[in-house]
Amino acid sequence: MAIRACLGLMILLVFSSTISTALFEDQVGLADWHQKYIGKVKHAIFHTQKTGRKRVVVSTEENVVASLDLRTGDIFWRHVLGKIDRIDQVDITLGKYVVTLSSGGSILRAWNLPDGQMIWESILQVSAPSKSLLHVPANMNVGKDNLILVFGGSSIHALSSTDGQIVWRKELSTNSLEIQQVFQPHDSDIIYALGFIGSSEFVAYYVNYKTGEVLQQSKASFKSGFCGEASLASDDVVVALDASRTYLVSISFRNGVINFQQIYIRDLIPEFSGKATLLPSKYNGILAVDIASSIVLLRVKGVNELEIIEKINYPSAISDALPLSKEQQAFAILQHDESRIHFKVKFDTDLTNEVLKETIQMDGQRGNIEKVFINNYMRTDRTHGFRVLVVMEDHSLLLVQQGEIVWSREDGLASIVDSTTSELPVEKEGVSVAEVEHSLFEWLKGHFLKLKGTLMLASPDEVAAIQAIRLKSFEKNKMTRDHNGFRKLIIVLTRAGKVLALHTGDGRVVWSVLLPVLRKSETCGNPFALNVYQWQVPHHHAMHENPSVLVVGRCGHNFDAPGIFSIVDAYNGKVHNSLVLEHSVRHIMPLPLTDSTEQNLHIVIDDNLHAHLYPKTSDSVKIFLDEMPNIYWYSVEVGKNIIKGYSLEIKGELDMAENVFQPKELWSIVFPSESETIALTATRKMNEIVHTQAKIVADQDVMYKYISTNILFVATVAPKASGEIGSATPEEAWLYAYLIDTVSGRILHRVSHQGAQGPIHAVVSENWVVYHYFNLRAHRHEMSVIEIYDQSREDNKDVWKLVLGKHNLTAPISSYSKPEVTVKSQSYFFTHSVKSLAVTVTAKGITSKQLLIGTIGDQVLALDKRFLDPRRSVNPTQSEKEEGIIPLTDSLPIVPQSYVTHALQVEGLRGIVTTPAKLESTTLVFSYGVDLFFTRIAPSRTYDSLTEDFSYALLLLTIVALVAALLVTWALSEKKELREKWR
Amino acid sequence: MTSKGFGASSKLLNAKIILNGGQNVTFVRADGYFTFHNVPAGTHLIEVAALGYFFSPVRVDISARFPGKIQAALTENRKALHELILEPLREEQYYEIREPFSIMSFLKSPMGLMMGFMLLVIFVMPKLVENMDPEEIRRAQEEMRTNFLPRSS
Repeated sequence: MAIRACLGLMILLVFSSTISTALFEDQVGLADWHQKYIGKVKHAIFHTQKTGRKRVVVSTEENVVASLDLRTGDIFWRHVLGKIDRIDQVDITLGKYVVTLSSGGSILRAWNLPDGQMIWESILQVSAPSKSLLHVPANMNVGKDNLILVFGGSSIHALSSTDGQIVWRKELSTNSLEIQQVFQPHDSDIIYALGFIGSSEFVAYYVNYKTGEVLQQSKASFKSGFCGEASLASDDVVVALDASRTYLVSISFRNGVINFQQIYIRDLIPEFSGKATLLPSKYNGILAVDIASSIVLLRVKGVNELEIIEKINYPSAISDALPLSKEQQAFAILQHDESRIHFKVKFDTDLTNEVLKETIQMDGQRGNIEKVFINNYMRTDRTHGFRVLVVMEDHSLLLVQQGEIVWSREDGLASIVDSTTSELPVEKEGVSVAEVEHSLFEWLKGHFLKLKGTLMLASPDEVAAIQAIRLKSFEKNKMTRDHNGFRKLIIVLTRAGKVLALHTGDGRVVWSVLLPVLRKSETCGNPFALNVYQWQVPHHHAMHENPSVLVVGRCGHNFDAPGIFSIVDAYNGKVHNSLVLEHSVRHIMPLPLTDSTEQNLHIVIDDNLHAHLYPKTSDSVKIFLDEMPNIYWYSVEVGKNIIKGYSLEIKGELDMAENVFQPKELWSIVFPSESETIALTATRKMNEIVHTQAKIVADQDVMYKYISTNILFVATVAPKASGEIGSATPEEAWLYAYLIDTVSGRILHRVSHQGAQGPIHAVVSENWVVYHYFNLRAHRHEMSVIEIYDQSREDNKDVWKLVLGKHNLTAPISSYSKPEVTVKSQSYFFTHSVKSLAVTVTAKGITSKQLLIGTIGDQVLALDKRFLDPRRSVNPTQSEKEEGIIPLTDSLPIVPQSYVTHALQVEGLRGIVTTPAKLESTTLVFSYGVDLFFTRIAPSRTYDSLTEDFSYALLLLTIVALVAALLVTWALSEKKELREKWR
Repeated sequence: MTSKGFGASSKLLNAKIILNGGQNVTFVRADGYFTFHNVPAGTHLIEVAALGYFFSPVRVDISARFPGKIQAALTENRKALHELILEPLREEQYYEIREPFSIMSFLKSPMGLMMGFMLLVIFVMPKLVENMDPEEIRRAQEEMRTNFLPRSS
């Protein structure tokens, strides 16, 4: 009994120590890396006038407003606004505040330029979110209370730039007015606001800047209508495009008299066909028109006289005008020439000559230039120098100055769509250990330093040396496979259609490729990146081949748009094959089958529910036909509230060239739409490995987990409560959780949570599902766990049956046999809202699991699965305690040390991906959003290897001490023996 | 309807205030105030995301019948708030503290235990032998001597 108590105590000790897998502060950066991004830049404002730090303030499509260092591209500060809080415009006022207009012109915020602190925030009453304009008067004297004008909906707001108070507000028109252009002639108190009412009426307002009084207002209608684009050509002429986009309409509005003049674009540019676009620009008397094949610069000579200045062939980009003095403006033209880019700067006073002409070498994987922002600086000889900030097609951001790329940011990584991992190449023979570890002496010295560090004897210099040794560890950044499986490539697909491979050691980009099939082209106007899958993972047969990944996209956002496939080499980013499919892509099912060259078989379900098999080889068809009776799939139609299960069949003769299979409907589950709508579905990871089916519980009892790869978790909510928190009362909200077998369509379990609503997040693993939702009654978030056990295997516990061979352990498991399952579940409160939920996976599934919870604060929390064990009770028995069952508490604990992101945030967190390492104890965790974060965690500590900070020197010291003690005692015993003998 | 509140400390530069799990996000002004606009009557949830601090989510009830009547309570400990002032419940320490070198921690380490056990064997075992019956010891010693003598002679 005493031994048992002792054992129990030891187990308890071991378990209590495994709860925390926290990090010491000096271990930051050893196994993890964090990268900060901002996303694709929409607007950029330079702040370079004053001495001191030169910055550029940008707003991006990820709703980020950020201040970047113009010298290095580093982020000074950054704010990620809410998901629906799109930034419309950004500007700098008073030389010290950054002003952002967001949410369709209804929120105006001012941020302190040096540190990003929010100074004020104003909400504007806008009738309907519409195109909005921000006007910050440029010619302002600091100290005077300057007004910021916001044009949005059909009203003008004037706000004080010091405190954001609304000084005046003017309603211009009640019907659909859209202000297109606002300008303020120099040294004038009058603001000109030009816009369209509906689609055919042009209107010009003259507004007093100080009071908001409308001084003059003139309207005129144009019979063929406008397309809504207009460009200001001079102080009294604006040029618009008509509704068909084939005529330019120049509108003069001098003194309130409006005149229209139509000019057919083909008369100006004979090769024009199709539709034209006006490029938003503000030049004196110059107009930029995009006519699909090129950009044409036109000079506006008079109301009815336009003249071509220059034609710039596509692909090219043109910047806004940069005022240098009262009468002079400069603008930049960037033009592609294969791998080079010609960068020209012109003055609007002299359009024939270039002020600056440079050629820049450009990486071919960045695509075309999308946007250009120009800025000037004073050279030492008092002439103007120019730099440009360039946004490329792959969303990267570059600063170009003096013919060179000063810095670049890979900001496409802020919009990762999907990711997968790939192994690195195997290390070649002949690389000896000595080369890796420099020399034995260096190695010992390093360990001696580490020992000093652990004994707290090291001086600050030595501490710094230790940290440097650990961080630049050559070992972790090698481009070969390692013994523990820590070094891998993370292959990510971004929204821009770029595929990048990141090294898990330090997060550097190993290769990147902008997929040609995912770029805009004539055949595919609106390509859309979807997923990335493992296509070929050579193990045994095709060892000489590199692994490859399959990138899937779609031509447009509709489900019936044709699909896009591209196969990319995982080692070097070479595109092996890419094609636009003849059918659409609705689901992709990677099958656990490979053909003779170890290409994974994939089934693509198109919009007509036909199944297409890839790769399209006779070999793969042969393998597939053998397995076809065992392949089942399901489709979830959220809008119709139906889940349907299918198998595949061949109708008529199988066309070997096409490999198309027809669906055969097996079952369907229809949820009553008046009381339930599908909110979420979740399944187990296909590649998850379960170590054992049996779970030994207290008193040597065994429970059998119900392990099926076909479990589908479905959560439905009340239609009234399908919105955000706060939109429903507890009485009208409920949530149903279902466990469905996707082969037979049988509902294995159904549970209801009254007064609960979404957003729901769930994760399914082994025989359990954990889901997170909001409990309206308690007004707290809750997490529930359902564990499902197989009852039919219960009898196997009888030893006699095993001996006599009457057990059913070898009986095949089939979804068609009616399962006798028991279900255990429990619910707990959880403090935070959740953005993403994942679970750790290990190579053999032996290590205990942790849940990875992406919280609303953009942190990732690791929570031991033992906290979500439905067998927890308030007073666990002695044997349950020995098993490691934690006494029941009503809420789940949040231990700050168990944040895997430690003191960092993954801004805009969207996904957490876990991959097993080769070492059983360790999981690799990659989380992405606007930022990226990678680390490796060991849910039960690294029990199978010595940790990084294992002190070899201490071991050596101990051995030396023991040997010394041995010698001393030996000498002593010799002496004693001699004395004995003399006696 | 507008609800206003303020965070206790203005040093929370990067604090985000989140309404209803991400429906609206706002930031704290330099003076510690924050504002949500156009919030309809009903029961809402405000969360604070500030690195290094643990804030309880706050339940906010905006009365539909009495405009302007707002009730707030912390959801973690159900404490009612009279004013909408958000204070962190505690500071969060994300790193384990490295304990300075001490004899105790060394002794608790596996190597320390190993050494301790050896010392135990070296010094305590002879004491155990001493406590044995003197007669027995003498017999044992004699036995040893008889075994030894022939070799030494």
